[in-house]
Amino acid sequence: MNKFLEKSEIKRLKDLTFWQKLFIPEIFKALKITVKQIFKPSFTIQYPEVKFQKPESFRGSPILVEENGVERCVACGLCSRVCPALAIDVQAAETTLEKERYPEKFEINMLRCIFCGFCEEVCPEEAIIMSSDYELSFTNYNDAIYGKEKLLVPIEKVKERLEFLRKNR
Amino acid sequence: MHTVAITIDDRKLLVDSNQTIIEACATNGISIPHFCWHPKLSVSGNCRMCLVEVEKIPKLAIACMTNVAEGMVVKTKNERVLNAREAVMEFILINHPLDCPICDEAGECKLQDYAYSHSSGFSRFVEDKVHKPKRVKLGPHVMFDAERCILCSRCIRFCDEVAGKHQLQFVDRGDKTTIVTFPGEELDNPYSLNVVDICPVGALTNNEFRFKSRVWEMSFTDSVCTACSRGCNIEVGVRNNEVLRLTPRLNENVNSFWMCDNGRLNSFKNVNSISRIDFPLIKNNNQQTQLSWDEAIKNVVDNLKLFKKNEVAILISSEATNEENYLMHKFAKSVFPENIFAFKHIDSNDQDEVLIRGDKTPNKLGVELLGIEFDDFENLIEKINSNQIKAVYSLDDSFQNSDEVYNTFSKLNFFAIHSNTISKFTEIANVTLSSSTMFEKNGTIINFKGYLQKLTPSIATKEMNRTLDGFQLSRLDKFAAWNDKWGSGPQKNSRPSWKIVMDIANNFGMKLKFQSSEDVFNEMAQKFPHLNGISYLKIGKIGLQIDLEKTNSKVEAI
Repeated sequence: MNKFLEKSEIKRLKDLTFWQKLFIPEIFKALKITVKQIFKPSFTIQYPEVKFQKPESFRGSPILVEENGVERCVACGLCSRVCPALAIDVQAAETTLEKERYPEKFEINMLRCIFCGFCEEVCPEEAIIMSSDYELSFTNYNDAIYGKEKLLVPIEKVKERLEFLRKNR
Repeated sequence: MHTVAITIDDRKLLVDSNQTIIEACATNGISIPHFCWHPKLSVSGNCRMCLVEVEKIPKLAIACMTNVAEGMVVKTKNERVLNAREAVMEFILINHPLDCPICDEAGECKLQDYAYSHSSGFSRFVEDKVHKPKRVKLGPHVMFDAERCILCSRCIRFCDEVAGKHQLQFVDRGDKTTIVTFPGEELDNPYSLNVVDICPVGALTNNEFRFKSRVWEMSFTDSVCTACSRGCNIEVGVRNNEVLRLTPRLNENVNSFWMCDNGRLNSFKNVNSISRIDFPLIKNNNQQTQLSWDEAIKNVVDNLKLFKKNEVAILISSEATNEENYLMHKFAKSVFPENIFAFKHIDSNDQDEVLIRGDKTPNKLGVELLGIEFDDFENLIEKINSNQIKAVYSLDDSFQNSDEVYNTFSKLNFFAIHSNTISKFTEIANVTLSSSTMFEKNGTIINFKGYLQKLTPSIATKEMNRTLDGFQLSRLDKFAAWNDKWGSGPQKNSRPSWKIVMDIANNFGMKLKFQSSEDVFNEMAQKFPHLNGISYLKIGKIGLQIDLEKTNSKVEAI
């Protein structure tokens, strides 16, 4: 807009009416809203005593599924490749089981992880899935690197998520 | 040879009349998908992937088996051909398992690539796939997965034609066909691992490399194998600053597509081994202790200065690069000119007509071309025994190990050695200078027929940085932070021998100011007639044949 405006044409937001300039009626108006809210149900949650209801699609920290005492993972490295934050480090090794290979080392750096869920999406075995756990805290860098012992979760505990994934495939 | 004019995809070409269509296409930069055809093997024509349309031939013809002829018109990209390729892919994939996530070949797999480029991505086959054994040990190094095999017969033809050992064959018929070794035989020829390279799918895998790393996690550096005097061109697969795999690289002047199992498996063993020397060592009261580089060099210099000029022997090695030998020779000539030795150590039992040379040292000819005469090892032994020589300063692996040598060398008053692995000799050495391996330094070597090639570092030592020093970088190398475990792996505190020699020479008052081994080579190129006009850039990745007649010294090509 190249046109110069006349002074009379400019309408400023701060142009108050006489009653607004008095302030007192405005204060009462605001108080009315506040008092109304007091009697409405609140949605503040008393965290950590009370935890919030997570939706089915919630993505917490990634975990590995353990089936029949061994991890489902075949160490294909696709999660490691797809991870945009390069949080996952996998070292494969050979096993006598039918799946031929297993992760000798499987480490997720939780400081790098951005909970995007790409690993879950790319996994051909449904071996890495997003849990509902979002409470991660560490006191040093090395604690933030989760190895297999921290990541493995028995399949019974993650039935819900697997069901959700199957539904939304 | 006479040429014929043919038309391929509306391109008019003049090609050799002995060529097949696929060869004519390959030489003219037209790619035709193929599984079973290999430029160095006989034509089998069983994969049907290279079907092309030839005018006046009613059916589609396979490009690998059809000879070119005058006036031939070939169509490689019309709809009929594309449909045929798609159909062939569908047939091949019928019994191919969905193994890609656990298959070592994934990422460099022909079938995988073609499934993207030449297949509809959909199979109409709903019945069960045929199941075959998945882990068959064909030989000491090769594992066979029968389900993945697409029966191209490349491995069979390789064994018959290149390795010269008839060890593999098809058995059974129809979709039960599989590959076995002949009864009582196993795939144990010295070139057995090449079948892994030429296998277009992941049916044949390298036992030693199996599952160690995905292909896309590694960086690949073009270098040269140093296991014998052939000097096969190789690609070094590195992840986390660790050599994981060597594969041959095409060079028609040296090794073609192949390399031997010994070079492939053993030549990098010392790089990551637990017996690798990680720092300069000094021996005090039979105890080896760690030293800083400055201290180590000062120690060697101080000790060598204690002896008279004719009491010190300098050993030049045919296991070292030209640059290192040149500097060592230069240093020796000006400081200890009396006793300069170089020895042949040849293991002639293990050699054949294909690639493997009896001479296991990579740079014997290079030493000769520097004008250094090979000596009899007995001469040195005698001189040490008669106390004429009291101190020895040696480059890596300059002599053959034996008990006699060990006993003689333990009599020395002072013994300094360049070495990268712990051996009997580093235990008796007063100072061990931890030198870089062939995977950690630049340098040139000359193979047995005078072919000059360049080593390229693929592993970073402590004084190097993968990113700043121009290494090939994998994705992990590029993005690792300093505290990422998977970033750059352990870096050894070793130095290339030319640098160590230069430091020692400078402590003796020489004023050498080389910044890199390239500088050393440039000086050599000015001095030696056979290297005149050659630079690292000219050697490149393929290397070049040097003019052996230009040299002053006698050259003996064994």
